[in-house]
Amino acid sequence: MVAHLLRLKLALLRNGLRRSPWQLVGLAIGGLYALGIVGTCVAALLFLRQEDPLLAQTVVVLGGAAALLGWAIIPLIASAADMTLDPARFTTSAIPMPQLLAGLALGGLIGIPGLATALAALATVGTWSRGILPAAGALIGAVLGVLTCVVLSKVVTTATASLAATRRFKDVSGLAFMVPLVLMGPIVAGIAQGAAGSGAFLTDLARTLSWTPLGAAWSLGGELEAGHPGAAALKLLIAAATLAGLAWCWKFLLERALVTPPYAGSTRRTGGRLGLFGLFPATPTGAIAARSLTYWFRDPRYSGSLVVVPLLPVVLAFQGSQTGNFGVITIAGPLTAFLLAWSISSDVSYDNTAFALHLAAGVRGVQDRLGRALACLAFALPAVMVLATVPFFLTGDWEWLPAILGLSLGVLFTGLGLASVVSARYTVAVPLPGDSPFKKPPGNVAQTLAVQFGGMGVLLVLTLPEAALVIAQMVTGDPAFGWANLALGPMLGIALFVAGVRIGGRWFDARGPELLAQLTVNR
Amino acid sequence: MSVPPTALSIRGLAKRFGSKIAVDGISLDVPAGSFFGIVGPNGAGKTTTLSMATGLLRPDFGTAVVHGVDVWARPLEAKRLMGVLPDGVRLFDRLSGEQLVTYAGLLRGMDKDVVAARVGELLAALDLSGDAGTLVVDYSAGMTKKIALASALIHAPKVLVLDEPFESVDPVSAANIRDILDRYVATGGTVIVSSHVMDLVQRMCDHVAVVAGGRLLAAGTVADVRGGVSLEERFVQLVGGRVQTEGLEWLRTF
Repeated sequence: MVAHLLRLKLALLRNGLRRSPWQLVGLAIGGLYALGIVGTCVAALLFLRQEDPLLAQTVVVLGGAAALLGWAIIPLIASAADMTLDPARFTTSAIPMPQLLAGLALGGLIGIPGLATALAALATVGTWSRGILPAAGALIGAVLGVLTCVVLSKVVTTATASLAATRRFKDVSGLAFMVPLVLMGPIVAGIAQGAAGSGAFLTDLARTLSWTPLGAAWSLGGELEAGHPGAAALKLLIAAATLAGLAWCWKFLLERALVTPPYAGSTRRTGGRLGLFGLFPATPTGAIAARSLTYWFRDPRYSGSLVVVPLLPVVLAFQGSQTGNFGVITIAGPLTAFLLAWSISSDVSYDNTAFALHLAAGVRGVQDRLGRALACLAFALPAVMVLATVPFFLTGDWEWLPAILGLSLGVLFTGLGLASVVSARYTVAVPLPGDSPFKKPPGNVAQTLAVQFGGMGVLLVLTLPEAALVIAQMVTGDPAFGWANLALGPMLGIALFVAGVRIGGRWFDARGPELLAQLTVNR
Repeated sequence: MSVPPTALSIRGLAKRFGSKIAVDGISLDVPAGSFFGIVGPNGAGKTTTLSMATGLLRPDFGTAVVHGVDVWARPLEAKRLMGVLPDGVRLFDRLSGEQLVTYAGLLRGMDKDVVAARVGELLAALDLSGDAGTLVVDYSAGMTKKIALASALIHAPKVLVLDEPFESVDPVSAANIRDILDRYVATGGTVIVSSHVMDLVQRMCDHVAVVAGGRLLAAGTVADVRGGVSLEERFVQLVGGRVQTEGLEWLRTF
């Protein structure tokens, strides 16, 4: 039965790859990436064989504890738990519980994260191959540790399954995950600085952790090498008890989950709150703007960009503080303008087949294009103005403000115009409505890349005049070029915006049904 | 006038997807004021035909005319006459039910106050008032169908095209919807529904068309088409494909 489950997992993986060659490419890229990380880890662990046992013990225990935490937390916040062997699907098959548990646990090892963890854990045997006893201890520890990783992740995902199935949790966890991702650079640099200055603290931390369920399994080899068989025996007991306890928890949770499927209830709400529909004019264009703006706040696929915008100057300021040159932060304005304007280039793709409502209602192309662009403009205009101005409080070279403001407004309006044309004609692969913003979208990756890069190339060409004026000020140092840009940017931008909405509208009118047909492929 | 005017007239509609011919030249006249059922097995081409008739899918060949307006030559005018409930498409489900129906009305260019009044009445008639402020993404399948129906009704169309309107709708709501549609037809509206529930079509509709394999097999009043037997029996005769239940002897050996 266990073998059956493993074969099923492999067959699912293989058939998933067979669906499209791009899946294979994705797996290959992910595999190479993991191979790089694992290769580095394995090499480092083997290298530690020659080093001081205390240092080796510290690294192995801390690394192992981090891996355990990662297995517990990442599936939870990334909404990316591997559900190919969802236990709920075996409810009707009457598989004996011990065999189901064993099959699911071993199945959890198949896949990139499982194999990577297993390989790195086995490399610790190399670290402790300084004698038969330490190596044997490390091997037992590695097996226990890897199994604990898998079972712990199963306990967490099973326990939170009904919570994680609610829409609100999915929405919020996706957004919460965005913050550390954007701030990755500063966070990693901070931790590295902290760790460099506190070697003794880390040794103590590792020693303490090795007596807890997080580190016990990983410390067996080191204890035996140091000649503490008593401590090793005690830690083996802790590690085994941890695994047994977690396995029992999992069994208990699974038994309960199998007879009580997740219930995603929600509170009923009576009407009377039209929200933004009450604020915008009651015309097709106004209604589309109200709907789009509502989505910017309610749909995590959109609001992800809204989370990024305020973090952008933080990342840039950090970059500036590292190099001591704050000039880089002045690009916050143009960069935000580009990000926000370009985000509506996949607007229709985000609608998915809900777009049929616009088509069935006979919405005219210009109304559709203008409504979506105005919704974005409603918050992008103030945001861009603020982010273009604020950096100068930090740098103080105010003579650059007109140039940067002109460039930002030019990029914003030009980008919105171009995005209005692009989204009327081309669909791109985006996460489906209701999916996590991080989920790999279905659909044609090649077309997505072509549309995105082609569009950005055109945008670059269209904003050349504004860029040229900024460069002119840079070369001559004459602020007159900046003032000229402040006039040119908005004027040229608005002209291109109007042209983009017109052209996009005409394409939309001519090809609405074809656009819907493209969307239907990816629903 | 002895012959009633035609609400929807389609001529030689055809559509090919890759190597598969989904609709192979269907011509059909739907009289104004009729309750018209389109029945057919899964994959018969019902949804494709209705999509082409309502301006959602461009046909390879053929025309569709709604009350004298060519759907593909004057799409905006034709769409004003039609209310459409497409099957298998998403809704803007991050809006509340009330917002979604309001949105559908405003997209049609309707007056704000008229929309507000109609939304309230529609939600009450479809028993959704208690969930008007709930996001559509949190609705059950049946409620989602009902809110989509409300979106199709809001602008009081002359012709209603409903693709599988009763799927996963509970019996009480289905009866309420039937009442609404019956009254709508009684006052001169035209309803076109597709379904594969024969009993429902036989009870509800006055005209029926049988479609299979992308072709029209029969069309006319329900009485004419079924010719004395039940619609289901007639349907099976026309479409074929019944498997004689021999074998499976082991199924009785438990």
